[in-house]
Amino acid sequence: MTNANVSVEIDSSAAVNIFQDTVFIEDLRTQMLKFARLQVRDNQIAEDAVQEAMISAYQNIDRFARQAAFKTWVFSILKNKIIDLLRKEKRHTAASQLEDGPNLNGDALIEHLFEENGHWQKDERPKKWDQPEHGVENTHFWRIFDACLDALPAKYGRLFMMREFLEMDTPEICHNEEVTVSSLNVTLYRARLRLRECLEDHWFQKETS
Amino acid sequence: MMKCKQATQMLSEKLDRPLSAKEKINLAMHTAICGPCRQFGKQMEMIRGLSKSYSKAKESDDK
Ligand SMILES: [Zn+2]
Repeated sequence: MTNANVSVEIDSSAAVNIFQDTVFIEDLRTQMLKFARLQVRDNQIAEDAVQEAMISAYQNIDRFARQAAFKTWVFSILKNKIIDLLRKEKRHTAASQLEDGPNLNGDALIEHLFEENGHWQKDERPKKWDQPEHGVENTHFWRIFDACLDALPAKYGRLFMMREFLEMDTPEICHNEEVTVSSLNVTLYRARLRLRECLEDHWFQKETS
Repeated sequence: MMKCKQATQMLSEKLDRPLSAKEKINLAMHTAICGPCRQFGKQMEMIRGLSKSYSKAKESDDK
């Protein structure tokens, strides 16, 4: 009996240490919460998902040795928990339906970008963006990216993240959110339009000017 | 003839569903003559790539 215990302890000691690294865990928790909140826009569900993911990680800790792998793994658990909770809740908070945001959105943004005849407004024509490689290592860039995601109307942000971060496919999102395929596609278009505008205003244009 | 407004929507939808042959031809004809929409198409792909890096960075930014 003691033998078995000892061997378990040795195998998982490195991994258990991860949970004793309070700075690392606190940091990780913050990131997970941010991720979950952006995804569900509901503090309670977000916190539940993070907590369940943490518990699940702790219970299955013996599978892990390295911190980097640990983090990837915890996030994959979190993604599944979020999907589970969203599925279970089938909940549409009023906020998740909103197209409002701090900026022009939807038809107003489209009107702003395009002339009546359907061509780009002169000032709004997309110009070449500098290589993002340069930005990828850049924490300032990611802070702006973060802020632009936050500024998306709740409905846009939610569907955008399901598609781009959780990599859910169209039938899955449509089923889960009770939206039609064409309405999903239009919403994703509008979300990308908004995000593009925000990135251009706050990063790409500033950089070249 | 497809206008920029429709072309940009196609350039986004391209990331979410396979376009029909007709849509592909119309879009190709438009982007052939429209620089801003060509840039827009590239930026759509960049936004997809950035989103991937973003969620990955969140998962393993301690290297
Ligand atoms: Zn065009």
